[in-house]
Amino acid sequence: MSILGTRVVRTEDPRLLTTGATYLEDLRLPELQGAAYATFVRSPMAHARITEIDVSAALAEPGVVAVLTARDLDDIPDRPAGAGAEPLLAGDVVRFAGEPVALVLTEEAYQGEDVAELVSVDYEELPVVVGVDQGLRDETLLFPGTDSNVVSTGGAEAFDDAAFADCEVVVERTIVNQRVAAAPLEVRATAAIWADDRMTLWVSTQNVHGVRDAVVDRLGLGKGAVRVIAPDVGGGFGAKIGADRETITVGWAARRTGRPVRWVETRNENMVGMSHGRAQVHTVTIGGSRDGRVSAYRLDIVQDCGAYIRLGTMLPNLTMLMASGVYDLPRVETAYRTVLTNTTPIAAYRGAGRPEATAAIERAMDLFAAEIGMDAAEVRRRNLVPPDKFPFTTKTGATYDTGEYAKALDTVLDAAGYEELRAEQRRRRERGDPRQLGIGVSTYVEITGGGPEAGETARLSVHTDGTVTVWTGSSPHGQGHATAWAMLVQDELGIPMDRITVRHGDTDVLTEGVGTFGSRSLQLGGTAVHNAAVEVKERARELAAEEMEADPADLVLDTENGTWTVRGVPGQGVAWAQLAERAGPDGLSADTKFATKQATFPFGAHVAVVEVDIETGVPRLVRHVTVDDAGPVVNPILAEGQRHGGIAQGAAQALYEEMAYDEYGNPVTATLMDYTFVTAAELPSFELVAMETPTSVNPLGVKGIGEAGTIGSTPAVQSAVVDALAHLGIRHIDMPATPERVWTAINEARTAQ
Amino acid sequence: MIPPKFVYRRAGSAEEALSLVAEYGDDAKLIAGGHSLLPLMKLRLAQPEVLVDIGRVRELSYIRGEADHIAIGALTRYHDLEHSELLAEELPLLAHASGRVGDPQVRHRGTIGGSIAHGDAASDVPAVVLALDGTLVVSGPSGVREIPSGEFFHGPFETALEPEELLTEIRLPRPASSSWAFQKLTSRAIDWAVVAVAVQGRSVGLVNMGSTPLRATAVERALADGAAIPDAAAQAAEGTSPFPDRNASTAYRQHLARVLTRRALEEAGSRA
Amino acid sequence: MNVTITVNGEKTSHEVEDRTLLVHHLRDAVGLTATNIGCDTSTCGSCTVLLNGESVKSCTVLAAQVDGDEIQTLEGLTGEDGEMDAVQNAFQQKHALQCGFCTPGMVMAATSLLRENPDPTEDEIRMALKGNLCRCTGYHNIVQAILTAAEDAR
Repeated sequence: MSILGTRVVRTEDPRLLTTGATYLEDLRLPELQGAAYATFVRSPMAHARITEIDVSAALAEPGVVAVLTARDLDDIPDRPAGAGAEPLLAGDVVRFAGEPVALVLTEEAYQGEDVAELVSVDYEELPVVVGVDQGLRDETLLFPGTDSNVVSTGGAEAFDDAAFADCEVVVERTIVNQRVAAAPLEVRATAAIWADDRMTLWVSTQNVHGVRDAVVDRLGLGKGAVRVIAPDVGGGFGAKIGADRETITVGWAARRTGRPVRWVETRNENMVGMSHGRAQVHTVTIGGSRDGRVSAYRLDIVQDCGAYIRLGTMLPNLTMLMASGVYDLPRVETAYRTVLTNTTPIAAYRGAGRPEATAAIERAMDLFAAEIGMDAAEVRRRNLVPPDKFPFTTKTGATYDTGEYAKALDTVLDAAGYEELRAEQRRRRERGDPRQLGIGVSTYVEITGGGPEAGETARLSVHTDGTVTVWTGSSPHGQGHATAWAMLVQDELGIPMDRITVRHGDTDVLTEGVGTFGSRSLQLGGTAVHNAAVEVKERARELAAEEMEADPADLVLDTENGTWTVRGVPGQGVAWAQLAERAGPDGLSADTKFATKQATFPFGAHVAVVEVDIETGVPRLVRHVTVDDAGPVVNPILAEGQRHGGIAQGAAQALYEEMAYDEYGNPVTATLMDYTFVTAAELPSFELVAMETPTSVNPLGVKGIGEAGTIGSTPAVQSAVVDALAHLGIRHIDMPATPERVWTAINEARTAQ
Repeated sequence: MIPPKFVYRRAGSAEEALSLVAEYGDDAKLIAGGHSLLPLMKLRLAQPEVLVDIGRVRELSYIRGEADHIAIGALTRYHDLEHSELLAEELPLLAHASGRVGDPQVRHRGTIGGSIAHGDAASDVPAVVLALDGTLVVSGPSGVREIPSGEFFHGPFETALEPEELLTEIRLPRPASSSWAFQKLTSRAIDWAVVAVAVQGRSVGLVNMGSTPLRATAVERALADGAAIPDAAAQAAEGTSPFPDRNASTAYRQHLARVLTRRALEEAGSRA
Repeated sequence: MNVTITVNGEKTSHEVEDRTLLVHHLRDAVGLTATNIGCDTSTCGSCTVLLNGESVKSCTVLAAQVDGDEIQTLEGLTGEDGEMDAVQNAFQQKHALQCGFCTPGMVMAATSLLRENPDPTEDEIRMALKGNLCRCTGYHNIVQAILTAAEDAR
């Protein structure tokens, strides 16, 4: 029986549960002996000219190794200082609160903050741009010499109102997809050494190769001169893709000073220095007929870029690509503008552009359903892409591989007991219960394994003791690849998992690779491992044939016990160890890279049940039921774990989380006391329903599951809050649906009635 | 984050604490559980030169039933209040409210005296003590004095405590009415109260409705005059001016005070 | 100043700066790195250890404050043969950890909870974990693991 699809507990866990993992701050390597501790001096101002930096008092302290500023960055290649270009350390101008201005290196970790306080920076305040509306006004430009804060546009140059001309009903609304923080529990961290004209960096990252390439590029080093190693990584959620300016600066400082340097930020720094996510404002227009058919949809996106371009010009392209969701819509128009503001730059956060697309279309569907007075689930059902239309190319140019959208919707409604929930809702409304019930339905499709041409790499070696080492270009940070990849190998080679070691995260071992993000690992990295196993198996077949003097075609691998026998010939057969021996000095191994032209499109449907205390405005998520179909599941516990985490993060965006700024550009949620990171006490247990529709894009038939939960849950939960108040005439409440925001909506609705 | 440098001194007794505070004067801060002070120090919002640790003054950790009141040592932890059989019997309001402070880790460290001396209007227990008509026993260079809780809280983080004084005991009279309730609204369960309401009999304490913990005197008067609960509760925000913050505007806090007071009075009534 | 603490049953003694936080003391002087630092504001609970058998956040305790006390960290739960205890085991069986960063604190918080309340309901578990943040699991499997550990202990 195949091990694939079975509930195998993680092989990673005993170490994590007994001694703890080895995160960057835990490294006690001889190379890092005597490392200086790095502390960044950060701007307290959102927008200001730096008139003077006086480091003399700091330098005078005993134990201070160096105090470095932008002026010291004279040994790296010049960069064109175009709009949105991000420096390593701020030069003449700071553009967001928390921007690094100087780097202090001290002998002792505890000195860092004391010394940083002694670096005296004179700022001359500049007018501050907060929020996209202000950014679009262009009254204050973040980059003087340019003519606009808008750094990128795309999609339709002008919208055509004729698209809605034949619609019986048209609804338009501007909605906010607020700025949130990825907030992995492990903050950002880097250690660096420069030795023998080579830089070695240990980085808490999702992709060592991307970090290497960024460092090479920014510091003007040869590709072979940089090695990047990922120790255990305590979560990433998209915000640990690539090399942040701090990581590159730490590497540079190690070269500059000749000292090993280590840096671990504080949570406060993390909340302002690590990229934020989402931060889009959508204007949705949806039109159709009163029988529930939607015939036209328009999505106009304004993306808050933050102060510099990280991914702020890329994300809205993904949002446009996925704009029409699971629906077969005759006319779709999209456009975006990305605008600079004096805030932390925006980049990927779990879903990265796709949750925004889903949130917009799902809100639009709800608004449309409310306008025509039809059940929100029914309106969705009438517009879904039917199963016989796959592969289905949307009006925005995405080609969905496979999907059973109606089945997903019906399954989740059934599992949630939708009709009974509606009945309970009616009862509570009738008796005027202070705790009203809301039911939110979302359906979604997303794109995973995007950029599939880049593919992923793997190396598999069978050793002479019969054990296996797998190197993967994927870069797990909680996903459980060590377990899943070993399952793939066991399934193919019949070598038991406990003899298989999976390793990752060293650019000197696998010089090429891509990493773990965009729900790409299993379909690309997993397939690369699978293909490596297939290659090794074919090589082993030949070796076994030689050993047993038989025709390779007659050799059979018994995957239950990992031995090769000749078909029809009784006997012990040949074991893997023997074949590895026979393979000679090059060993029995394979290097593979799996790339494809097509991304995959997982889909699903969520039902959220929310109770709203209409006297206080407090919403509470009481149930969350999901169908998330990402094709065949290698290990259900891992897939469920991904879904659980995603649901929680998505629900948190709907109800709790927001990175907020005051009018001066001060972040007001820069600690975990203020940023309402969701806890166990706010959430219910989740109800998951399995569904597996394979894709033909890769030999495993799999799609990505890492972000699905987040994408489906946010609109379902938001919709449930609104639905609880629908009888008051409420059609929309922006996220997060905080108690005061809900209470205000209730008050306004009552005043209007 | 690291606190700035300071000198640490540990007091073994209340007496020793008083003499250390006298020795260092304004430069010193008392630390018990440390869950109010240490976070402020790590954020460098507080920079005392000397910390006098009274966390080990065991003689100030007790819950005793006296003839006409319950006496609680200032260094009694929330965890001990929450699980005290005596309080469960005699002052369930305090036991219950203590069990809703922060999280278990905080309750294993945080003390009733530390919370009261800190004088944070967003803290739950000060308003509970206020509603229970508690008396605060304070030791200082000139001896012991008793301060009624109604006169103790002066402003944001300001109390009647003089710099060289130490809060040693909280005395809570046995309540005449056994009806009680505690209603607390937070963003997340772990957060400070947006607003909370403590009710014992016809006494009503308000959390986070101004610069100090408050008594809802208008409500109490209305109840004494025989008003029905909804009518009395409607006056819960009278005379209050809660600070607006990210969690709540002034108007929303005042609304919550009215709703939570009504619910608390109804809940207390159901226990009577 | 000199600080003597019994950590996981072994007496340790070190000269420390007065301001040394317990979490740094455990990690750097005692050399036990399972305990992590996640937030600095005693919110996230990654640094949770047991002080005289009760959960505390070691980023908000001074090493000096626990001079003479007993501390237990994740490393101290493991048997001499490396065997995991009931809570650790349940965390693996129920897939209650992903990146593992919150895990040491989460396991210690769970251990403290089960000592105080050996038979908690799901709601009690959720309330008892509110001071321990996890970004990966959505808490679902953590709650399941603690229910399982409690059941196994019966």
